[in-house]
Amino acid sequence: MNRVVVVGAGPAGLAAASAAAELGVEVVLVDAGAKLGGQYFRQDALARGDRFALPLAVEHVANASVWAVEPVEGGHRVHVRIGEADDPSRTGRVLETRALVLATGAYDRAVPFPGWDLPGVFTAGAAQAMAKGQGVAVGDRVLVAGTGPFLLPVAVALAAAGARVVEVAEANAPVAGWLSRPRGAAAGTRRFPELARYAGMLARHRVPYRTRTAVVAAHGSDSVAAATVARLAKDWTPVPGSERRVEVDAVAVGFGFTPQLELAVAARCRIEGGFVAVDATQGTSVPGVFAAGELTGIGGAELAASEGAVAGAAAAKRLGAVVEPPLGAMARVRSGRRFAAALAAAYPVRPGWTGWVRDDTVVCRCEEVPLGRLLEAVDERDLWGVRPLKLASGAGLGMCQGRVCGANVAELVGLDDGVFARRRIAAPLRLGELAGAASTAEEAGGSPASRADQSFGQDLG
Amino acid sequence: MRVRWDGVEVEAREGQTVAGVLMGLGVRSWRTTRGAQRPRGLFCGIGVCFDCLVKVNGVPDVRACRRVVADGDDIRPQSGAELPS
Repeated sequence: MNRVVVVGAGPAGLAAASAAAELGVEVVLVDAGAKLGGQYFRQDALARGDRFALPLAVEHVANASVWAVEPVEGGHRVHVRIGEADDPSRTGRVLETRALVLATGAYDRAVPFPGWDLPGVFTAGAAQAMAKGQGVAVGDRVLVAGTGPFLLPVAVALAAAGARVVEVAEANAPVAGWLSRPRGAAAGTRRFPELARYAGMLARHRVPYRTRTAVVAAHGSDSVAAATVARLAKDWTPVPGSERRVEVDAVAVGFGFTPQLELAVAARCRIEGGFVAVDATQGTSVPGVFAAGELTGIGGAELAASEGAVAGAAAAKRLGAVVEPPLGAMARVRSGRRFAAALAAAYPVRPGWTGWVRDDTVVCRCEEVPLGRLLEAVDERDLWGVRPLKLASGAGLGMCQGRVCGANVAELVGLDDGVFARRRIAAPLRLGELAGAASTAEEAGGSPASRADQSFGQDLG
Repeated sequence: MRVRWDGVEVEAREGQTVAGVLMGLGVRSWRTTRGAQRPRGLFCGIGVCFDCLVKVNGVPDVRACRRVVADGDDIRPQSGAELPS
């Protein structure tokens, strides 16, 4: 119990672990990756060593999936599987803590369009991860499309990995968006040189950057051979007659980010507007649970690191460390949040995207549910909640548990998208592992697996 | 190191993921869906979407984007829902 447990080793988790350890408390940092850094600081997996160094008081548990968090007397119990990804030989570990820091980050949102389920369509994050982490370009001729400043570094990473980026299609008109929020733009000025640098690199590679433009279809039989891009009206309705066909073998799409909320939801933290609600010390509504980074709002690495530093200090204080308030980091959090608000205002996902989805377009990739079947289920059965919707249509019932389709399905049928984040088993695991986990947990003095089993059943039914 | 892809021995480097090896070979798809038997490969790249499932050493449902290869791994395409062999 007398340790800080940090989940996630991206900018927020690294800062939290370091801050807590520097205040003299024991820290366990649990992360899914083999190396530190998470998605933003993704390291070259083929290079030797780790470019991040942590204080000695931090135990780094790599290749580890946290599949459940349960409240126990005086704190929380964190259930971890450690080992090669999805291998039945992974081992279990149970960590108890009075001060849990969740820094689980976010993943790309991709909105559906005809052909988006073809091999050769990737998320922008996948293109980035393959280029930076594996040294592989996802295609020879790549269209980068979506919205947000993240599209720029993705295009640059693709070019550096040897791809020809034929176009960056930005669905919003961000310059107008920025100018309408001068305070937020001022708070983000430190980001501008970085973005200007990316824009300069794209110009040198002669990559066109087009605003109010989106990919509205991908074509091919077994793999992408071309895509259609269209000009958009302000609400993202495609402008009739503006469609162009581009010859590409890959499309990388990113429409902002979805936070990885399941552990926070499992710990019963209050969620507001799709993100974890936190106070000035990054404390959630649950005593002893802190949240930092994209979980509390999409604001980039710098804000995440500042939030992590605050959360780490607050977590150490909870364990009895003598802590001066980290005023510098707290001020950086406040200015970072203004930048994040400006970002959200400049790069929203606007409703017109639903217009480029056809009845036969798959909206749930796992269960292969087309839009037509989803709408049929809603119309015919007077559905009132996410569970009946999932059961009647199949959307959100597959392996990804609605992580990819949840926000889109919710928008298409008019549900609150937070409802898809209720996943009692936070990371899919094999039944044999669950059975093994039951005996491990019993040794630790509880039987969460049996409870998890019941709630898993609930999630399905 | 060397691994086998669909029965053929190929070169791999330490730290590469299964997806890294396959895409480096120019393979875009290594799974078919359970329903319409449609081809799928890498999509999210960070372990979230479960589209890139592949069989490794007889075990199906392994995320190619997350699994780091080990010398001698036997990697095979996955067809629909498969049971461990």
